[in-house]
Amino acid sequence: MLTVRANGSVKNALDGAESVEVTASTIRELLNRLADRYPAFARELDAGIAVAINGEIYRDDRDVPIPADAEVFLLPRIPGG
Amino acid sequence: MKHDNSYTGQDFKVIGTRVRRPDGIDKVTGRARYGADASLPGQLVGRILRSPHAHARIKAIDISKAEALPGVKAVVTADDLPLPEGLPGDVAQMLENSMARGRALYDGHAVAAVAAIDAKTARKALQLIEVDYEPLPHVTDVDAAMQPDAPVIHDWLYTSGVDPKPEKPSNIAQRTEFGLGDIEAGFAKADVVIERSYKTEATHQGYIEPHACLANIRPDGSGELWVTTQGPFVYRNVCAQMLGMDIAKLKVTSSEIGGGFGGKTHVWAEPVALALSRKANRPVKLVMTRDEVFRASGPTSSTSMDIKLGATRDGTLVAARAEMRYGDGAFPGIWGMLSCMTCFACYEIANCKAIGYDVVQNRPKVAAYRAPSAPMAAFGVESAMDELAAAIGMDPVEFRLKNASREGGQSHYGPVWGPIGIRATLEAVRDHPHMKAPLGPNQGRGMACGFWFNIGGQTCSDLNVGVDGTVTLTVGTVDVGGSRASLGLIAAEELGIPYEQVQVNIADTGSLGHNDMTEGSRGTFSSGMAAIFAARNTIEVLRERAAKMWDIPVEDVTWEAGQAVAKGSAHGNLKPLSLKDIAAKSPKTGGPIAGHNEVVADGAGVSFASHICDIEVDPETGATKVIRYTVVQDAGKAIHPDYVEGQFQGGAAQGIGWALNEEYIYGDDGRLQNAGFLDYRMPVCSDLPFIDTMILEIPNPGHPYGVRGVGETSIVPPLAAIGNALSNAVGVRMHHVPMSPPRILKALREDGQADRGPAKVA
Amino acid sequence: MSGVLVTTTINGDAVQFACPEEETLLDALRDRVGLLGVKEGCGTGDCGACSITLDGRLVCSCLVLGAEAEGREITTVEGLSEGGQLHPLQESFISHAALQCGICTPGFLVAAKSLLDRNPDPSETEIRYALAGNLCRCTGYDKIVRAVQNAAKQIRERSAQSA
Ligand code: FES
Ligand code: FES
Repeated sequence: MLTVRANGSVKNALDGAESVEVTASTIRELLNRLADRYPAFARELDAGIAVAINGEIYRDDRDVPIPADAEVFLLPRIPGG
Repeated sequence: MKHDNSYTGQDFKVIGTRVRRPDGIDKVTGRARYGADASLPGQLVGRILRSPHAHARIKAIDISKAEALPGVKAVVTADDLPLPEGLPGDVAQMLENSMARGRALYDGHAVAAVAAIDAKTARKALQLIEVDYEPLPHVTDVDAAMQPDAPVIHDWLYTSGVDPKPEKPSNIAQRTEFGLGDIEAGFAKADVVIERSYKTEATHQGYIEPHACLANIRPDGSGELWVTTQGPFVYRNVCAQMLGMDIAKLKVTSSEIGGGFGGKTHVWAEPVALALSRKANRPVKLVMTRDEVFRASGPTSSTSMDIKLGATRDGTLVAARAEMRYGDGAFPGIWGMLSCMTCFACYEIANCKAIGYDVVQNRPKVAAYRAPSAPMAAFGVESAMDELAAAIGMDPVEFRLKNASREGGQSHYGPVWGPIGIRATLEAVRDHPHMKAPLGPNQGRGMACGFWFNIGGQTCSDLNVGVDGTVTLTVGTVDVGGSRASLGLIAAEELGIPYEQVQVNIADTGSLGHNDMTEGSRGTFSSGMAAIFAARNTIEVLRERAAKMWDIPVEDVTWEAGQAVAKGSAHGNLKPLSLKDIAAKSPKTGGPIAGHNEVVADGAGVSFASHICDIEVDPETGATKVIRYTVVQDAGKAIHPDYVEGQFQGGAAQGIGWALNEEYIYGDDGRLQNAGFLDYRMPVCSDLPFIDTMILEIPNPGHPYGVRGVGETSIVPPLAAIGNALSNAVGVRMHHVPMSPPRILKALREDGQADRGPAKVA
Repeated sequence: MSGVLVTTTINGDAVQFACPEEETLLDALRDRVGLLGVKEGCGTGDCGACSITLDGRLVCSCLVLGAEAEGREITTVEGLSEGGQLHPLQESFISHAALQCGICTPGFLVAAKSLLDRNPDPSETEIRYALAGNLCRCTGYDKIVRAVQNAAKQIRERSAQSA
């Protein structure tokens, strides 16, 4: 079971929860589970979400495995210049 | 295919050497072809008519006279760019930004366009277009736009991120919040609290090459676009969507790009050029004037913010609060949100809260500019950091070091830090001889820190081996400043061959799979990653071919220093085969030798910088000159140090311009008053000193070589570094960027300093 | 539309072109003579990307009319290298990484050559002021100034050897 935290607009999409518990072993699984559970999160996914696993930010790679004890944080997607 | 992208700490042969860039000769002889340098048979000249009003209803547009002018082949308005069904909201807004639909939203908003046989005819035709405007109330200032009585620009815009959902539309598009801990409790613990408000004005990326493209839509609905862009694949997808075309039927070729810095990640006039070409059934070349570039293409946000920091007497930052209001221009963006995510990143603060507002205004739609949103927030936070250090009697560098973010600590925007370079850059600054150099009268020294995320993204590359053993690496990220050289070095390193044996080629959208924008410092990072894996993929093929040539099992073949080596005592008589040997035989061993890679290059690794700056103020005029400047930044691993230094220097120079001079000036009529290089004064050669650089290399664990993006962070610290230097030089603390001569003079006068006059020397 | 026929010398070659009276020399060089190395950054004399020399004087070609080139000698970036050899300034710009995007480079090269023709041993300040009419947004000018210093040194050494 992962403890997932979120910030900014993503937190709002998780009904404002400080953290949620999810069973998932990859980013794809994690996002799918959350989208099933929170309709607002599904919409947020379209706008773009990044996942930080132990501090490393992933924007697009959904196949990244998530270790069981990982620190997982959801963020809005970041553009560049 | 999954790749192991973790850092290996390998030794390098050619990575880190300063080789010549392959496109150098074309660029010093005038042969390189940029956006405006292409032509097609029968091409027309495109020109755009722009709104003179900050906000107006377009009651009617009469194009009949323009159409009747001899030599005019097409006139388009929004009617020729209908919204395709199912167009995503942000793309629809980009399209409306390219061509006004019923309302002009800012001075410079496109309302119609013509294609004619020459420039003179096109200009004349623009004068013949009659637009019936009904001016509407406008608002350009970000604070004014947030007032309850401000004219509401979009009746469909309701603030998101607030509870309960607002009942009325407003100009506030979104409120975001990031942070940790409990700031009330934190401030209660503080012995000293600094609370200040700051303002920064909008700036432009200022690339020297204006937006330019050559559009060619054929009657069968297929087409091509030659364009100066940071992302030909993204332009293709977006333009095809906007024009209702099949993606595969639009081929986009990126020209050499004359600077972008984020401003060429977004389409502006390209959809209009395509619409003109479609209507005229001729190729259309459209080049923006400099005036149009300023009035209608991506500036940054103008901002206003309140920063509050608290520390205990021993120098521990215990609480921080930032409320930042960022203008997005005519359409909602995420710039205020980004400010929240960057503002406190340099420091470990147990209790902090960053609140960001994204606000629409009657200004051009804001686009990314190098580390977007971070420089303004850093101006506020880093200025307040210096004041706080002074208030508790601590050296500003020591104060920052004491509170610097560290590996394993939690960032204010959420995730835990991996290996990061903020402390290392601060230590380097503390020990740098620059910090001890003597200063003269009216001179002062300041320093500041900066942070940027860096991003990766979708990348694709091909590596082809010619029969003579030379190698062509094809990438889909454009070369914005020497990345061909860096990518060539990477392919050479992996294959174990000389750099000169590799040619790097930038693909058009017809020749390679999708590549995201060259933005967010990702060019060398992600194409470099794809190049590494494509080369490794090629080596597999080379081993197989060598095995065939020797007629031994492929497991017995290894690749070492640019050649295939047969392993094991049974093969003692086999002489190694070079890449050239294997390539020469390739027609008989299975055909062309090639490697490929498609990757989502994530994990770009954050980067930190600390800058030192000396300035001299003329107390009589308020003019400020930078007399010495040092950039210290973590690059992870510098593939080509010259171009890493170049990124550091270029970013610092842009930051210096932002700090001292550059700004969008709007009149009460909502019109931009300085849409030209003369009045929008960017730094020239005589304004700047040499910019010293120091590259630190703290490997990024998410890249095989440890590379981090290097292009962006360097623009973040200069605003505050200069503000801090000014305060140390003449004792005035500036809260409004740019710190232009009139603002400094005013501050000096209010401080009673200028009355003393300049020191007189007999 | 009235036009003019202009007879001029460009990079050592006799060239004729016809252009409308009001056309700038910048447009004439680019669109009629095909010298696309001359760049337009502003069209108002503020960026120097269009720098050329006209009878040896450095000018912004966007501020000169095509018709004014009649009977005069023009040098553009395309005329800097001789006989397959890059000019020392061109060499030096490459070896010192004095260009990133390169759009400003033709203008800088022409302006720097004009400086070194007048003053073979300029100080850093003299270089900075001589190039102050040319904008570069990418480099912060650091490597450009160093490249010019280096090229000046090479040219001086070369002429000392041949003297
Ligand atoms: S184009 Fe002539 S000075 Fe800018
Ligand atoms: S190298 Fe890009 S403007 Fe100078």
